[in-house]
Amino acid sequence: MDYELILRVYPFFIEAAWVTIQLSILTALLGLTCGALGAAARMSRLAVFRWIGATYVSIIRGTPALIQIFILYFGGPQIGIQLDSFSAGTIALGVNIGAYMTETIRGAIQSVDRGQTEAARTLGMGRWETMRKVVLPQAARMMIRPLGVNINALIKGTALVAPISVVELTYTAQRFIGSTYKPFEMFLLSGLLYMIIIYAVGQVINWLDRRARIT
Amino acid sequence: MTNQAFVTIKNAAKSYGNLEVLKDINLTVERGQIVAIIGPSGSGKSTLLRAINELDPLTSGEVWLEDVQINKKLPFRQYEAHVNQVRQDIGMVFQHFNLFPHLTVRGNITLAPRMLKGLSEADANKLAEEQLAKVGLSEKIDEYPSRLSGGQKQRVAIARALAMKPKVMLFDEATSALDPELVEEVNQVMKQLAEEHMTMIIVTHEMDFAASVCDRVLFMDQGVVVEEGPPSVIFQNPKEERTRNFLRKHLSR
Ligand SMILES: Nc1ncnc2c1ncn2[C@@H]1O[C@H](COP(=O)(O)OP(=O)(O)OP(=O)(O)O)[C@@H](O)[C@H]1O
Ligand SMILES: [Mg+2]
Repeated sequence: MDYELILRVYPFFIEAAWVTIQLSILTALLGLTCGALGAAARMSRLAVFRWIGATYVSIIRGTPALIQIFILYFGGPQIGIQLDSFSAGTIALGVNIGAYMTETIRGAIQSVDRGQTEAARTLGMGRWETMRKVVLPQAARMMIRPLGVNINALIKGTALVAPISVVELTYTAQRFIGSTYKPFEMFLLSGLLYMIIIYAVGQVINWLDRRARIT
Repeated sequence: MTNQAFVTIKNAAKSYGNLEVLKDINLTVERGQIVAIIGPSGSGKSTLLRAINELDPLTSGEVWLEDVQINKKLPFRQYEAHVNQVRQDIGMVFQHFNLFPHLTVRGNITLAPRMLKGLSEADANKLAEEQLAKVGLSEKIDEYPSRLSGGQKQRVAIARALAMKPKVMLFDEATSALDPELVEEVNQVMKQLAEEHMTMIIVTHEMDFAASVCDRVLFMDQGVVVEEGPPSVIFQNPKEERTRNFLRKHLSR
Protein backbone atom coordinates (compact mmCIF):
# COMPACT_ATOMS: atom_id res chain seq x y z
CA MET A 1 0.00 0.00 0.00
CA ASP A 2 1.48 3.30 -1.10
CA TYR A 3 0.37 5.70 1.66
CA GLU A 4 2.55 8.48 0.42
CA LEU A 5 0.80 8.42 -2.93
CA ILE A 6 -2.60 8.47 -1.24
CA LEU A 7 -1.62 11.52 0.79
CA ARG A 8 -0.46 13.22 -2.37
CA VAL A 9 -3.55 12.61 -4.46
CA TYR A 10 -6.35 12.70 -1.90
CA PRO A 11 -7.15 16.43 -2.33
CA PHE A 12 -8.10 15.63 -5.93
CA PHE A 13 -10.35 12.86 -4.69
CA ILE A 14 -12.04 15.19 -2.20
CA GLU A 15 -12.77 17.56 -5.04
CA ALA A 16 -14.10 14.65 -7.10
CA ALA A 17 -16.25 13.53 -4.17
CA TRP A 18 -17.80 16.99 -4.13
CA VAL A 19 -18.69 16.57 -7.81
CA THR A 20 -20.24 13.18 -7.01
CA ILE A 21 -22.27 14.81 -4.22
CA GLN A 22 -23.50 17.60 -6.50
CA LEU A 23 -24.34 15.09 -9.17
CA SER A 24 -26.24 12.98 -6.62
CA ILE A 25 -28.24 15.89 -5.22
CA LEU A 26 -29.26 17.22 -8.63
CA THR A 27 -30.07 13.75 -9.89
CA ALA A 28 -32.16 13.01 -6.81
CA LEU A 29 -34.13 16.23 -7.22
CA LEU A 30 -34.73 15.61 -10.90
CA GLY A 31 -35.57 11.97 -10.15
CA LEU A 32 -38.11 12.91 -7.49
CA THR A 33 -39.74 15.35 -9.91
CA CYS A 34 -39.90 12.75 -12.66
CA GLY A 35 -41.09 10.19 -10.12
CA ALA A 36 -43.92 12.39 -8.87
CA LEU A 37 -45.01 13.24 -12.40
CA GLY A 38 -44.63 9.62 -13.49
CA ALA A 39 -46.71 8.36 -10.57
CA ALA A 40 -49.41 10.96 -11.26
CA ALA A 41 -49.45 9.88 -14.90
CA ARG A 42 -49.56 6.18 -14.00
CA MET A 43 -52.59 6.74 -11.77
CA SER A 44 -54.36 9.23 -14.01
CA ARG A 45 -58.02 8.94 -14.89
CA LEU A 46 -57.04 9.41 -18.52
CA ALA A 47 -55.69 6.47 -20.48
CA VAL A 48 -53.25 8.61 -22.50
CA PHE A 49 -51.41 9.66 -19.37
CA ARG A 50 -51.40 6.14 -17.99
CA TRP A 51 -49.90 4.97 -21.27
CA ILE A 52 -47.23 7.69 -21.23
CA GLY A 53 -46.32 6.82 -17.64
CA ALA A 54 -46.14 3.08 -18.32
CA THR A 55 -44.07 3.58 -21.46
CA TYR A 56 -41.61 5.86 -19.66
CA VAL A 57 -41.12 3.30 -16.92
CA SER A 58 -40.74 0.32 -19.22
CA ILE A 59 -38.32 2.01 -21.62
CA ILE A 60 -36.09 3.28 -18.84
CA ARG A 61 -36.13 0.07 -16.86
CA GLY A 62 -35.69 -2.03 -19.99
CA THR A 63 -32.41 -0.46 -21.13
CA PRO A 64 -29.01 -0.02 -19.43
CA ALA A 65 -28.48 3.37 -17.78
CA LEU A 66 -25.11 3.57 -19.51
CA ILE A 67 -26.81 3.40 -22.92
CA GLN A 68 -29.23 6.13 -21.85
CA ILE A 69 -26.30 8.35 -20.87
CA PHE A 70 -24.52 7.64 -24.16
CA ILE A 71 -27.62 8.33 -26.21
CA LEU A 72 -28.06 11.73 -24.61
CA TYR A 73 -24.40 12.75 -24.58
CA PHE A 74 -23.07 11.27 -27.82
CA GLY A 75 -26.32 10.96 -29.74
CA GLY A 76 -27.83 14.24 -28.58
CA PRO A 77 -25.76 16.56 -30.83
CA GLN A 78 -27.02 14.63 -33.86
CA ILE A 79 -30.57 15.73 -33.09
CA GLY A 80 -29.60 19.19 -31.92
CA ILE A 81 -29.18 18.60 -28.18
CA GLN A 82 -25.76 19.89 -27.21
CA LEU A 83 -24.96 19.37 -23.53
CA ASP A 84 -21.77 19.45 -21.50
CA SER A 85 -20.96 16.14 -19.88
CA PHE A 86 -22.07 17.12 -16.37
CA SER A 87 -25.50 18.27 -17.55
CA ALA A 88 -25.97 15.27 -19.81
CA GLY A 89 -24.99 12.94 -16.98
CA THR A 90 -27.32 14.62 -14.50
CA ILE A 91 -30.28 14.63 -16.84
CA ALA A 92 -29.83 11.05 -18.01
CA LEU A 93 -29.35 9.73 -14.47
CA GLY A 94 -32.25 11.82 -13.11
CA VAL A 95 -34.66 10.63 -15.77
CA ASN A 96 -33.40 7.10 -15.18
CA ILE A 97 -33.88 7.02 -11.41
CA GLY A 98 -37.19 8.86 -11.89
CA ALA A 99 -38.64 5.75 -13.52
CA TYR A 100 -37.78 3.67 -10.46
CA MET A 101 -39.09 6.39 -8.18
CA THR A 102 -42.32 6.46 -10.19
CA GLU A 103 -42.95 2.89 -9.14
CA THR A 104 -41.88 3.54 -5.56
CA ILE A 105 -44.22 6.51 -5.19
CA ARG A 106 -47.10 4.77 -6.92
CA GLY A 107 -46.60 1.69 -4.77
CA ALA A 108 -46.69 3.72 -1.56
CA ILE A 109 -49.82 5.60 -2.61
CA GLN A 110 -51.60 2.41 -3.60
CA SER A 111 -50.64 0.72 -0.36
CA VAL A 112 -52.77 3.18 1.61
CA ASP A 113 -55.95 1.36 2.60
CA ARG A 114 -58.84 2.00 0.22
CA GLY A 115 -61.04 2.58 3.24
CA GLN A 116 -59.15 5.84 3.84
CA THR A 117 -60.19 7.21 0.48
CA GLU A 118 -63.71 5.93 0.95
CA ALA A 119 -64.04 7.61 4.33
CA ALA A 120 -62.80 10.94 2.97
CA ARG A 121 -64.94 10.80 -0.16
CA THR A 122 -67.97 9.86 1.92
CA LEU A 123 -67.55 13.04 3.93
CA GLY A 124 -67.76 14.97 0.64
CA MET A 125 -64.07 15.61 0.04
CA GLY A 126 -62.99 15.72 -3.60
CA ARG A 127 -60.44 13.51 -5.32
CA TRP A 128 -57.57 15.97 -4.98
CA GLU A 129 -58.51 17.04 -1.44
CA THR A 130 -58.56 13.39 -0.42
CA MET A 131 -55.20 12.76 -2.04
CA ARG A 132 -53.59 15.78 -0.44
CA LYS A 133 -55.02 15.56 3.07
CA VAL A 134 -55.55 11.87 3.61
CA VAL A 135 -53.65 9.62 1.20
CA LEU A 136 -50.38 11.48 0.58
CA PRO A 137 -49.54 12.15 4.23
CA GLN A 138 -49.84 8.43 4.89
CA ALA A 139 -48.08 7.39 1.69
CA ALA A 140 -45.22 9.82 2.35
CA ARG A 141 -44.23 7.91 5.47
CA MET A 142 -44.22 4.66 3.60
CA MET A 143 -42.14 6.13 0.77
CA ILE A 144 -39.17 7.25 2.83
CA ARG A 145 -37.43 3.88 3.05
CA PRO A 146 -37.95 2.69 -0.54
CA LEU A 147 -36.99 6.12 -1.88
CA GLY A 148 -33.88 5.78 0.28
CA VAL A 149 -33.11 2.56 -1.57
CA ASN A 150 -33.55 4.39 -4.90
CA ILE A 151 -31.24 7.18 -3.76
CA ASN A 152 -28.64 4.68 -2.61
CA ALA A 153 -28.72 3.10 -6.09
CA LEU A 154 -28.53 6.52 -7.67
CA ILE A 155 -25.39 7.50 -5.76
CA LYS A 156 -23.66 4.33 -6.86
CA GLY A 157 -25.04 4.89 -10.34
CA THR A 158 -23.23 8.23 -10.64
CA ALA A 159 -20.12 6.19 -11.43
CA LEU A 160 -21.70 5.60 -14.83
CA VAL A 161 -20.89 9.13 -15.95
CA ALA A 162 -17.14 8.47 -15.76
CA PRO A 163 -17.07 7.26 -19.40
CA ILE A 164 -18.34 10.65 -20.57
CA SER A 165 -15.53 12.36 -18.61
CA VAL A 166 -17.36 13.95 -15.73
CA VAL A 167 -14.61 14.46 -13.20
CA GLU A 168 -16.25 12.58 -10.35
CA LEU A 169 -14.86 9.84 -8.11
CA THR A 170 -14.64 6.96 -10.56
CA TYR A 171 -13.23 9.07 -13.38
CA THR A 172 -10.67 10.57 -11.04
CA ALA A 173 -9.54 7.14 -9.89
CA GLN A 174 -9.12 6.01 -13.49
CA ARG A 175 -7.20 9.15 -14.38
CA PHE A 176 -4.69 8.68 -11.56
CA ILE A 177 -4.29 5.01 -12.39
CA GLY A 178 -3.19 6.08 -15.87
CA SER A 179 -0.32 8.08 -14.40
CA THR A 180 0.55 6.03 -11.28
CA TYR A 181 -0.25 2.39 -12.18
CA LYS A 182 -1.67 1.90 -8.67
CA PRO A 183 -5.27 0.74 -9.27
CA PHE A 184 -5.60 -0.87 -5.84
CA GLU A 185 -4.95 2.36 -3.92
CA MET A 186 -6.90 4.55 -6.31
CA PHE A 187 -10.06 2.45 -6.42
CA LEU A 188 -9.87 1.83 -2.69
CA LEU A 189 -9.74 5.56 -2.05
CA SER A 190 -12.70 6.31 -4.29
CA GLY A 191 -14.62 3.36 -2.85
CA LEU A 192 -14.05 4.67 0.65
CA LEU A 193 -15.37 8.10 -0.28
CA TYR A 194 -18.49 6.57 -1.90
CA MET A 195 -19.04 4.65 1.31
CA ILE A 196 -18.86 7.78 3.43
CA ILE A 197 -21.36 9.58 1.21
CA ILE A 198 -23.75 6.62 1.19
CA TYR A 199 -23.44 6.17 4.94
CA ALA A 200 -24.24 9.83 5.58
CA VAL A 201 -27.26 9.75 3.28
CA GLY A 202 -28.41 6.51 4.94
CA GLN A 203 -28.31 8.24 8.31
CA VAL A 204 -30.44 11.09 7.01
CA ILE A 205 -32.98 8.61 5.61
CA ASN A 206 -33.08 6.73 8.92
CA TRP A 207 -33.65 9.95 10.78
CA LEU A 208 -36.48 11.00 8.47
CA ASP A 209 -38.03 7.55 8.75
CA ARG A 210 -37.89 7.58 12.54
CA ARG A 211 -39.39 11.03 12.70
CA ALA A 212 -42.24 9.98 10.43
CA ARG A 213 -43.01 7.04 12.65
CA ILE A 214 -43.42 8.97 15.87
CA THR A 215 -47.18 9.31 15.55
CA MET B 1 -94.19 15.89 8.51
CA THR B 2 -94.57 12.16 8.30
CA ASN B 3 -94.91 9.87 5.32
CA GLN B 4 -92.49 11.98 3.41
CA ALA B 5 -90.12 10.01 1.26
CA PHE B 6 -86.61 10.98 2.25
CA VAL B 7 -84.39 8.37 0.69
CA THR B 8 -85.85 6.72 -2.38
CA ILE B 9 -84.35 3.84 -4.30
CA LYS B 10 -86.10 2.92 -7.55
CA ASN B 11 -85.49 -0.21 -9.59
CA ALA B 12 -81.94 -0.48 -8.37
CA ALA B 13 -79.79 -3.03 -10.16
CA LYS B 14 -76.10 -3.70 -10.01
CA SER B 15 -73.87 -6.22 -11.73
CA TYR B 16 -70.21 -7.04 -11.58
CA GLY B 17 -69.66 -8.59 -14.98
CA ASN B 18 -72.13 -11.46 -15.16
CA LEU B 19 -72.79 -11.44 -11.44
CA GLU B 20 -76.05 -9.70 -10.59
CA VAL B 21 -75.56 -8.39 -7.09
CA LEU B 22 -78.74 -6.27 -6.85
CA LYS B 23 -81.89 -7.05 -8.78
CA ASP B 24 -84.66 -4.47 -9.08
CA ILE B 25 -84.67 -3.16 -5.54
CA ASN B 26 -87.18 -0.54 -4.43
CA LEU B 27 -87.03 1.17 -1.09
CA THR B 28 -88.34 4.35 0.45
CA VAL B 29 -87.20 5.60 3.80
CA GLU B 30 -89.14 8.36 5.48
CA ARG B 31 -87.69 11.21 7.43
CA GLY B 32 -86.70 10.03 10.88
CA GLN B 33 -87.21 6.40 10.02
CA ILE B 34 -84.72 3.74 11.01
CA VAL B 35 -84.39 0.84 8.65
CA ALA B 36 -82.36 -2.30 9.26
CA ILE B 37 -81.07 -4.42 6.40
CA ILE B 38 -80.38 -8.03 7.32
CA GLY B 39 -79.50 -11.05 5.24
CA PRO B 40 -76.84 -13.68 4.63
CA SER B 41 -73.29 -12.85 3.62
CA GLY B 42 -73.00 -11.89 -0.04
CA SER B 43 -76.68 -11.00 -0.36
CA GLY B 44 -75.84 -7.43 -1.46
CA LYS B 45 -76.45 -5.44 1.73
CA SER B 46 -73.23 -3.47 1.58
CA THR B 47 -73.57 -2.95 -2.14
CA LEU B 48 -77.04 -1.44 -1.67
CA LEU B 49 -75.87 0.80 1.15
CA ARG B 50 -72.82 1.95 -0.81
CA ALA B 51 -74.99 2.69 -3.82
CA ILE B 52 -76.85 5.29 -1.78
CA ASN B 53 -73.83 7.56 -1.59
CA GLU B 54 -72.33 6.56 -4.95
CA LEU B 55 -69.39 4.65 -3.48
CA ASP B 56 -70.51 1.72 -5.63
CA PRO B 57 -72.70 3.28 -8.34
CA LEU B 58 -75.70 1.31 -9.56
CA THR B 59 -75.76 -0.22 -13.01
CA SER B 60 -79.31 1.02 -13.42
CA GLY B 61 -82.04 2.56 -11.29
CA GLU B 62 -82.27 5.76 -9.30
CA VAL B 63 -81.30 6.95 -5.85
CA TRP B 64 -82.84 10.11 -4.43
CA LEU B 65 -82.31 12.10 -1.27
CA GLU B 66 -85.39 14.29 -0.87
CA ASP B 67 -85.74 15.98 -4.26
CA VAL B 68 -82.14 15.48 -5.40
CA GLN B 69 -81.17 12.55 -7.55
CA ILE B 70 -77.89 11.30 -6.18
CA ASN B 71 -76.83 9.07 -9.08
CA LYS B 72 -77.32 11.58 -11.85
CA LYS B 73 -75.45 10.90 -15.08
CA LEU B 74 -73.27 13.96 -15.64
CA PRO B 75 -70.00 14.83 -17.36
CA PHE B 76 -67.05 13.96 -15.14
CA ARG B 77 -66.37 17.34 -13.53
CA GLN B 78 -70.00 18.14 -12.88
CA TYR B 79 -70.56 14.64 -11.57
CA GLU B 80 -67.67 15.01 -9.12
CA ALA B 81 -68.94 18.38 -7.88
CA HIS B 82 -72.43 16.93 -7.56
CA VAL B 83 -71.46 13.86 -5.53
CA ASN B 84 -69.13 15.87 -3.33
CA GLN B 85 -72.09 18.08 -2.53
CA VAL B 86 -74.69 15.37 -1.86
CA ARG B 87 -72.28 13.21 0.14
CA GLN B 88 -72.04 15.99 2.70
CA ASP B 89 -75.64 15.16 3.59
CA ILE B 90 -75.05 11.42 3.91
CA GLY B 91 -72.97 10.17 6.81
CA MET B 92 -71.42 6.74 6.57
CA VAL B 93 -69.91 4.49 9.21
CA PHE B 94 -67.78 1.53 8.18
CA GLN B 95 -67.12 -1.83 9.72
CA HIS B 96 -63.41 -1.05 10.02
CA PHE B 97 -63.84 2.56 11.20
CA ASN B 98 -61.47 4.01 8.61
CA LEU B 99 -60.26 6.74 10.93
CA PHE B 100 -57.38 8.81 9.55
CA PRO B 101 -54.38 7.46 11.47
CA HIS B 102 -52.16 10.48 10.82
CA LEU B 103 -54.61 12.87 12.46
CA THR B 104 -55.72 13.22 16.07
CA VAL B 105 -59.33 12.64 17.02
CA ARG B 106 -59.84 16.40 16.69
CA GLY B 107 -58.21 16.37 13.25
CA ASN B 108 -60.37 13.47 12.14
CA ILE B 109 -63.54 15.30 13.09
CA THR B 110 -62.61 18.78 11.86
CA LEU B 111 -60.87 17.94 8.57
CA ALA B 112 -63.93 17.80 6.35
CA PRO B 113 -65.95 20.60 8.02
CA ARG B 114 -62.97 22.92 7.79
CA MET B 115 -62.23 22.11 4.17
CA LEU B 116 -65.77 21.89 2.88
CA LYS B 117 -67.69 24.30 5.06
CA GLY B 118 -64.88 26.77 5.63
CA LEU B 119 -65.24 26.65 9.40
CA SER B 120 -62.76 28.73 11.36
CA GLU B 121 -60.40 26.88 13.65
CA ALA B 122 -62.34 28.01 16.71
CA ASP B 123 -65.69 26.95 15.28
CA ALA B 124 -64.25 23.64 14.16
CA ASN B 125 -62.85 23.00 17.62
CA LYS B 126 -66.19 23.76 19.18
CA LEU B 127 -67.84 21.40 16.75
CA ALA B 128 -65.36 18.64 17.59
CA GLU B 129 -65.97 19.13 21.30
CA GLU B 130 -69.74 18.98 20.83
CA GLN B 131 -69.64 15.85 18.73
CA LEU B 132 -67.21 14.10 21.04
CA ALA B 133 -69.31 14.94 24.07
CA LYS B 134 -72.22 13.30 22.28
CA VAL B 135 -70.35 10.03 21.90
CA GLY B 136 -68.87 10.33 25.38
CA LEU B 137 -65.24 10.76 24.39
CA SER B 138 -64.44 14.35 25.27
CA GLU B 139 -61.22 13.42 27.02
CA LYS B 140 -59.80 11.74 23.90
CA ILE B 141 -59.81 14.84 21.71
CA ASP B 142 -56.02 15.06 21.35
CA GLU B 143 -55.39 11.32 21.13
CA TYR B 144 -54.35 9.54 17.94
CA PRO B 145 -56.64 6.74 16.72
CA SER B 146 -53.99 4.09 17.32
CA ARG B 147 -54.40 4.70 21.06
CA LEU B 148 -58.14 4.07 21.13
CA SER B 149 -60.03 0.83 21.63
CA GLY B 150 -62.20 -0.47 18.81
CA GLY B 151 -65.36 0.80 20.43
CA GLN B 152 -63.84 4.22 20.95
CA LYS B 153 -62.63 4.31 17.36
CA GLN B 154 -66.09 3.59 16.08
CA ARG B 155 -67.61 6.27 18.30
CA VAL B 156 -65.10 8.77 16.92
CA ALA B 157 -66.00 7.65 13.40
CA ILE B 158 -69.64 8.33 14.19
CA ALA B 159 -68.74 11.75 15.60
CA ARG B 160 -66.75 12.49 12.45
CA ALA B 161 -69.74 11.66 10.26
CA LEU B 162 -72.12 13.66 12.46
CA ALA B 163 -69.87 16.71 12.32
CA MET B 164 -70.98 17.21 8.71
CA LYS B 165 -74.57 17.50 10.00
CA PRO B 166 -75.86 14.82 7.63
CA LYS B 167 -79.52 14.29 6.88
CA VAL B 168 -79.16 10.54 6.90
CA MET B 169 -76.68 8.09 8.38
CA LEU B 170 -75.62 4.80 6.83
CA PHE B 171 -74.09 2.10 8.99
CA ASP B 172 -72.38 -0.92 7.42
CA GLU B 173 -71.96 -3.49 10.19
CA ALA B 174 -70.65 -0.86 12.55
CA THR B 175 -70.12 -3.36 15.36
CA SER B 176 -69.01 -6.48 13.47
CA ALA B 177 -65.30 -5.85 13.93
CA LEU B 178 -65.61 -5.20 17.66
CA ASP B 179 -64.93 -7.46 20.60
CA PRO B 180 -68.28 -8.48 22.12
CA GLU B 181 -67.79 -6.38 25.24
CA LEU B 182 -67.32 -3.22 23.13
CA VAL B 183 -70.45 -3.63 21.03
CA GLU B 184 -72.79 -2.12 23.56
CA GLU B 185 -71.10 1.28 23.79
CA VAL B 186 -71.49 1.74 20.03
CA ASN B 187 -75.06 0.49 20.05
CA GLN B 188 -75.76 2.99 22.80
CA VAL B 189 -74.63 5.86 20.59
CA MET B 190 -76.80 4.60 17.75
CA LYS B 191 -79.80 4.32 20.07
CA GLN B 192 -79.25 7.88 21.15
CA LEU B 193 -79.27 8.98 17.50
CA ALA B 194 -82.51 7.07 17.07
CA GLU B 195 -84.02 9.03 19.94
CA GLU B 196 -83.00 12.23 18.19
CA HIS B 197 -84.89 11.02 15.11
CA MET B 198 -81.90 10.74 12.85
CA THR B 199 -82.83 8.97 9.64
CA MET B 200 -80.73 5.81 9.56
CA ILE B 201 -80.15 2.82 7.36
CA ILE B 202 -78.35 0.11 9.26
CA VAL B 203 -76.83 -3.04 7.84
CA THR B 204 -76.42 -5.39 10.77
CA HIS B 205 -76.05 -8.97 11.91
CA GLU B 206 -77.37 -8.15 15.36
CA MET B 207 -80.99 -9.13 15.33
CA ASP B 208 -81.68 -7.97 18.90
CA PHE B 209 -80.41 -4.54 18.12
CA ALA B 210 -82.42 -4.36 14.90
CA ALA B 211 -85.52 -5.46 16.76
CA SER B 212 -85.15 -2.90 19.53
CA VAL B 213 -84.14 0.17 17.53
CA CYS B 214 -85.54 -0.08 14.01
CA ASP B 215 -88.92 0.86 12.60
CA ARG B 216 -88.57 -1.44 9.64
CA VAL B 217 -86.52 -4.46 8.72
CA LEU B 218 -85.55 -5.54 5.22
CA PHE B 219 -84.48 -9.09 4.66
CA MET B 220 -82.27 -9.45 1.58
CA ASP B 221 -81.09 -12.60 -0.14
CA GLN B 222 -79.27 -13.00 -3.44
CA GLY B 223 -79.73 -9.42 -4.47
CA VAL B 224 -83.43 -9.06 -3.83
CA VAL B 225 -85.52 -7.83 -0.92
CA VAL B 226 -87.26 -11.04 0.07
CA GLU B 227 -89.42 -9.55 2.75
CA GLU B 228 -89.85 -6.32 4.67
CA GLY B 229 -91.95 -5.06 7.53
CA PRO B 230 -91.90 -3.92 11.12
CA PRO B 231 -89.52 -5.90 13.35
CA SER B 232 -92.44 -7.53 15.19
CA VAL B 233 -93.58 -9.14 11.94
CA ILE B 234 -90.19 -9.97 10.45
CA PHE B 235 -88.75 -11.46 13.62
CA GLN B 236 -91.82 -13.14 15.07
CA ASN B 237 -94.01 -13.88 12.13
CA PRO B 238 -92.15 -13.91 8.82
CA LYS B 239 -94.10 -15.04 5.78
CA GLU B 240 -91.25 -16.24 3.62
CA GLU B 241 -89.51 -19.55 4.04
CA ARG B 242 -86.11 -17.99 3.28
CA THR B 243 -86.56 -15.43 6.04
CA ARG B 244 -87.50 -18.14 8.52
CA ASN B 245 -84.45 -20.21 7.60
CA PHE B 246 -82.15 -17.28 7.97
CA LEU B 247 -83.62 -16.23 11.32
CA ARG B 248 -83.53 -19.76 12.69
CA LYS B 249 -79.76 -19.73 12.23
CA HIS B 250 -79.28 -16.24 13.60
CA LEU B 251 -81.70 -16.07 16.49
CA SER B 252 -80.76 -19.41 18.01
CA ARG B 253 -77.21 -18.30 18.71
N1 LIG C 1 -65.95 -5.12 -6.35
C1 LIG C 1 -66.60 -6.29 -6.54
N2 LIG C 1 -66.35 -7.03 -7.63
C2 LIG C 1 -67.00 -8.19 -7.85
N3 LIG C 1 -67.92 -8.68 -7.03
C3 LIG C 1 -68.22 -7.99 -5.92
C4 LIG C 1 -67.59 -6.75 -5.63
N4 LIG C 1 -68.08 -6.28 -4.46
C5 LIG C 1 -68.99 -7.19 -4.06
N5 LIG C 1 -69.09 -8.21 -4.93
C6 LIG C 1 -70.00 -9.36 -4.82
O1 LIG C 1 -71.28 -8.86 -4.65
C7 LIG C 1 -72.02 -9.69 -3.78
C8 LIG C 1 -72.66 -8.88 -2.70
O2 LIG C 1 -71.65 -8.34 -1.88
P1 LIG C 1 -71.95 -7.45 -0.60
O3 LIG C 1 -70.65 -7.02 -0.06
O4 LIG C 1 -72.92 -6.40 -0.95
O5 LIG C 1 -72.63 -8.50 0.37
P2 LIG C 1 -73.09 -8.30 1.88
O6 LIG C 1 -74.53 -8.67 1.93
O7 LIG C 1 -72.69 -6.97 2.37
O8 LIG C 1 -72.26 -9.45 2.60
P3 LIG C 1 -71.55 -9.44 4.04
O9 LIG C 1 -72.63 -9.73 5.03
O10 LIG C 1 -70.54 -10.54 3.95
O11 LIG C 1 -70.93 -8.09 4.24
C9 LIG C 1 -71.09 -10.77 -3.29
O12 LIG C 1 -71.30 -11.94 -4.04
C10 LIG C 1 -69.72 -10.21 -3.59
O13 LIG C 1 -68.81 -11.22 -3.87
MG1 LIG D 1 -71.27 -6.26 3.75
